[in-house]
Amino acid sequence: MYDVHTHRAETNVDDIKISANDVQVYYGDTHAIKDVSIEIEAKCVTAFIGPSGCGKSTFLRCLNRMNDTIDICRVEGQILLDEEDIYDKRVDPVQLRAKVGMVFQKPNPFPKSIYDNIAYGPRIHGLANSKADLDVIVEKSLRRGAIWDEVKDRLHAPGTGLSGGQQQRLCIARAVATEPEVLLMDEPCSALDPIATAQVEELIDELRQDYSVVIVTHSMQQAARVSQKTAFFHLGNLVEFGETGKIFTNPEDPRTESYITGRIG
Amino acid sequence: MTDASIHSPASGGKSSLLALDARTKRRNAAEARFRMYGISAVAAGVFFLVVLLGAILSNGVGAFQQTFLTVEVYLDPAKLDKKGQRDIADIKKVSTFGYTPLVQQGLFDQIEANGIETPLAKRKDMKALISASAAAQVRDFVIANPDRIGDKVEFRVLTSSRVDGYLKGRVTRESVARDKNIKPVHLDLVDSFTDLGIIKKEFNWSFITGADASESRAEQAGMGVSILGSFFMTLVVLALALPIGVAASIYLEEFAPQNRFTDLIEVNISNLAAVPSIVFGILGLAVFIQFAHLPQSAPLVGGLVLTLMTLPTIIISTRASLKSVPPSIRDAALGIGASKMQAVFHHVLPLAMPGILTGTIIGLAQALGETAPLLLIGMVGYIATNYPEGIASGFMDPNSAMPAQIYEWAKRADPAYYERAWGGIIILLVFLLTMNIIAIILRRRFERRW
Ligand SMILES: Nc1ncnc2c1ncn2[C@@H]1O[C@H](COP(=O)(O)OP(=O)(O)OP(=O)(O)O)[C@@H](O)[C@H]1O
Ligand SMILES: [Mg+2]
Repeated sequence: MYDVHTHRAETNVDDIKISANDVQVYYGDTHAIKDVSIEIEAKCVTAFIGPSGCGKSTFLRCLNRMNDTIDICRVEGQILLDEEDIYDKRVDPVQLRAKVGMVFQKPNPFPKSIYDNIAYGPRIHGLANSKADLDVIVEKSLRRGAIWDEVKDRLHAPGTGLSGGQQQRLCIARAVATEPEVLLMDEPCSALDPIATAQVEELIDELRQDYSVVIVTHSMQQAARVSQKTAFFHLGNLVEFGETGKIFTNPEDPRTESYITGRIG
Repeated sequence: MTDASIHSPASGGKSSLLALDARTKRRNAAEARFRMYGISAVAAGVFFLVVLLGAILSNGVGAFQQTFLTVEVYLDPAKLDKKGQRDIADIKKVSTFGYTPLVQQGLFDQIEANGIETPLAKRKDMKALISASAAAQVRDFVIANPDRIGDKVEFRVLTSSRVDGYLKGRVTRESVARDKNIKPVHLDLVDSFTDLGIIKKEFNWSFITGADASESRAEQAGMGVSILGSFFMTLVVLALALPIGVAASIYLEEFAPQNRFTDLIEVNISNLAAVPSIVFGILGLAVFIQFAHLPQSAPLVGGLVLTLMTLPTIIISTRASLKSVPPSIRDAALGIGASKMQAVFHHVLPLAMPGILTGTIIGLAQALGETAPLLLIGMVGYIATNYPEGIASGFMDPNSAMPAQIYEWAKRADPAYYERAWGGIIILLVFLLTMNIIAIILRRRFERRW
């Protein structure tokens, strides 16, 4: 059943967007990520799977330096975005995060209007020259977030007044509004119903045209449906990384096999 | 599975939902008892509050009324301007002692004019009825209007505090027996004058707007100047404590690294909040007055001392309200490429605003009601006697503050001052209440319900 989408894998493989080498992450004394090396391609969806607590979110947060906000977190190794080291001293994480957007596991809209939620990013990055520009960006982003039809009549209602699933799509729309090059999504569908999930998955597939997308998911089906590459994490190690079709049909590592067949995790 | 039988109340039999088992009964009884404790605690609190407010009101309301007498004074040129030149310098040479007989005469004439029978046959007997401030009031009028010399002018002057007390029931015929200042015959005269409407009790604006007066002129003393003192002090506190406190809290909460040093600062701030206010007073005395040579008794110094005292309160409450903003909001802002500063100022601070404002206003209210540190920097005593001339002198000239003024009055011997102390407390409470209401309104306004 997993081989339905494997034909998507034939992307231009040589186009590497992010490349991580020997990344170690420590929370104080806890060694949360061990020796992870991975290459994330441009215009491709990469899925991170693995049992709870294995470090998927931690690694994802390394990619846009959100871990900087955690005092006890320490990152070692090298992560290159377009061949530039994002942990270089000269790199301003703020600039990095404008390029590498993020959608969080829990929907976290600002306590402002729906419009302002979307418009905030473009405003601070100076992407719109006029109110009309901004209106266009807001509409486009909300459409891409598959939520436009539901909110177009109440753009100035509070974003926190939406349902959980709507809030998550709002957050996705907010993340794409700043036109990032890479979009990191940490279990974006964990609060969504199957219909909204399908919409988000469709959106991810569409985003792939322009961006590279990294998605953490607990749903093997989702990983199989949306991703071209899959990385399996276990206890802080990257156990296996490869074409999604291959991981799900013919995994090399026994741990991967037991996980996708439901024996661990 | 096996332990189910241990918990089932009736061995073997099925328990009914309609009959309470022993455990439930005990639990319900405990809950009912706890409710009773709570209700009685609240009732006790309300009782004491009502008693307190009742005491304050019944003791203090009198201060808001004052007894005045209307008297026609003949501004005798022979006494007030002997040379007849209407030269203002000459007129100013006549002190209030020159005016006192004129005022007394004015009142004395009323006895005959109204046919009142009294054994008081001398003009000087009127002294007991009239406030010493009356002569000064007439003198001020004459200096302002020298052309009225020679006329008969009607004045509304204060009665002495004994007469005032008599009309308010504070002074009785029994208490007068031991009083050197006033005799029962005077009181008879006061009764007659009251019937004629010459002596009247009226609302006393000058208690709210006036300056402090000397020991012997309780009837003249007011809170006005010390209210200004408190006002300037509160301005200093607001201008210093709010920005410093909020900036310090934002830095400590959002930017500072978590290390030993910041931990130490944190502990010290919490400790400072618990330091008795008199310690801040002596610190202010040593640092601001003895070392920095700032003027004594000045609202500026008082404000600085109270700033030190309020800062910990503001910092603690600001940090608490910053902490209560969910971290996911910060993540959201950082995640779309906002800088830390943008995240804080665009998203965190607006959400924390109600808490910050509440904390600040509570801190200010605390500062407004603080007395002890002011004693040490000399803001207490007979000093709130002159209105400041302009903004600078408002900060730098010796002044008192509302609570210090109340304390000062409570110390004085005359029972009329005791009444004023209670009245002052009413004014102070009105200010504090207003500030709390402002705090509530601001919190409502800034609170986002989404
Ligand atoms: N802020 C933190 N402080 C200390 N330890 C942390 C922190 N965040 C994560 N960890 C630890 O790092 C490890 C990896 O956590 P992470 O959140 O990355 O797991 P995950 O794979 O995303 O799990 P899940 O699927 O449940 O979200 C866990 O053992 C966790 O306890
Ligand atoms: Mg996670």
